[in-house]
Amino acid sequence: MSYLASLNPLNLVAALPGCVAQGLIWGIMALGVFVTFRLLDFADLTVDGSFATGGAVTIMLTLAGMPVGLSLFIAVLAGLAAGLVTGLLHTKLGIPPILSGILVQIALYSVNLHIMGMAANKAINVNNYTLLISARNITTAILVALVFVAVLIALLYWFFGTEIGSAIRATGCNPAMSKANGININTMKVLALAISNGIVALSGGLMAQYQGYSDINMGRGAIVIGLAAVIIGEVFGNAVAGRRMNFMLRMSFVVLGGVIYYIVIGIVLWLKLNSNDLKLFTAVIVAIFLAVPYLKAGRSSSFAKAAKNSQAAITQRSGETAKEEK
Amino acid sequence: MLDIINVHKTFNAGTINEKKALNGVNLHLNDGDFCTVIGGNGAGKSTTLNAVAGVWPIDEGAILVDGINITGEPEFKRAAYLGRVFQDPMTGTAATMEIQENLAMAARRGKRRTLGWGITGKEKDEYREMLKILDLGLEDRLTSKVGLLSGGQRQALTLLMATLQKPKLLLLDEHTAALDPKTAQKVLKVTDQIIAEHHLTALMVTHNMKDAIKHGNRLIMMHDGRVILDISGEEKKKLTVADLMHQFEVVSGEEFASDKAILA
Repeated sequence: MSYLASLNPLNLVAALPGCVAQGLIWGIMALGVFVTFRLLDFADLTVDGSFATGGAVTIMLTLAGMPVGLSLFIAVLAGLAAGLVTGLLHTKLGIPPILSGILVQIALYSVNLHIMGMAANKAINVNNYTLLISARNITTAILVALVFVAVLIALLYWFFGTEIGSAIRATGCNPAMSKANGININTMKVLALAISNGIVALSGGLMAQYQGYSDINMGRGAIVIGLAAVIIGEVFGNAVAGRRMNFMLRMSFVVLGGVIYYIVIGIVLWLKLNSNDLKLFTAVIVAIFLAVPYLKAGRSSSFAKAAKNSQAAITQRSGETAKEEK
Repeated sequence: MLDIINVHKTFNAGTINEKKALNGVNLHLNDGDFCTVIGGNGAGKSTTLNAVAGVWPIDEGAILVDGINITGEPEFKRAAYLGRVFQDPMTGTAATMEIQENLAMAARRGKRRTLGWGITGKEKDEYREMLKILDLGLEDRLTSKVGLLSGGQRQALTLLMATLQKPKLLLLDEHTAALDPKTAQKVLKVTDQIIAEHHLTALMVTHNMKDAIKHGNRLIMMHDGRVILDISGEEKKKLTVADLMHQFEVVSGEEFASDKAILA
């Protein structure tokens, strides 16, 4: 009883804007995951590393006196390079997709430590540096994040409508058909991985500014959060948009998936559940949302249902046979 | 147009599964030849087509298209010269992309892909007209996902895609084998139509002897990774299934052992 009494709805309301801001930033990250996981059909685990790389590069360059916009741009380039390495490990050295990503992710742990001067985290004070986005002013942070989201979605919408972008989609859908139509699928895979990790690094750079520090562990579990956002967004999008779903909406729902995810996390924290259990909780959410489409399909067509229907058929026939015998 | 010179290919060399798939294939196709390829299972028909398409590198020999030596070129580069339709209707098209997007993808075969639009308004109108000719009702479904089409529709679409950019050589790898007889005949009709209209050089593998006789101006039979029979012109027109069976026994010294080919 005292537990329920200690839950103040006002606290939840107060926490919501922060959840939205974080959700939008992670939504950008989820767009990166969307590019590889959905369009290229490549589960890329590099992102756990490249997210932290984005944060580390942005903070270190800004601390060194570079304008934050330029720092962020270079962070994106660093992310592109990380994706490039994953792509080359896979296409040139024949290493399976998941393993290529894990190798680069683990390598980036050391690289990120080097970038941060062997420190596990680096703080940046918003009072002394001009940052694009900060938790100090959440309303502005939400607006800035929204602008980034809008521009990014517009750019991706354009890119995946071009000849090269279409070739990436075809590669993800049907490699044999792509080759037969003159597409170099290895180039397309490397390109898509680079773009994806560039977007993830952008998100990492924004997150580091928002929270005021970069951390060697800030990307741990990023792939799961990204997948959560992609999948929550899809389930939600299919329920809302249904047949009207198009590419632009799909991407918007991915970002919305990130926001929903962070609101759920906000509620969990508000319920005063142990924050150490968040990762477990995230894994459970992703498992549930991954299972929904499967279970839904199972509901309309399953052996259990077929078995039940079969009883009716058997009963009916024995009834007919009985009638004929009469 | 096509020269296959003494091509050898062995799969899983040095292992217990070693298989000599091509054993010195020689074939010369003239410009405009429509050549059908028959033979039993494991004769090397599809393997020959895959060798030309560059699915894997060959062990020995040379492959020339229109005088260009393509032996060292990877699959995606050879695609500039080749139109291909596969046995499995799923293989030739991208299921999650729209009909018009698939066509646009094929229209850019052999061209450098840029950041220009993947499909233009003008193209959409052209595709609608082309689909009308297929007479499968696809012209009103330009934005439908290809995954929604039937096998026959997908094969007809793949055929259109393969010839959208006129290929130097059209490779048809048992492209009607997965279809029901009626649909297969319809797709074959469209095949004849397109090949005649664009004066294409084509190589068509089939399991069906009647189809092999009825279509094209030339017929080759393969056995044990070699071409063992090459019939063209008037002689081909007069062929019967019985002739072919007899010829096979004479040349190979074995009985023709594919019920599928005989009964079809």
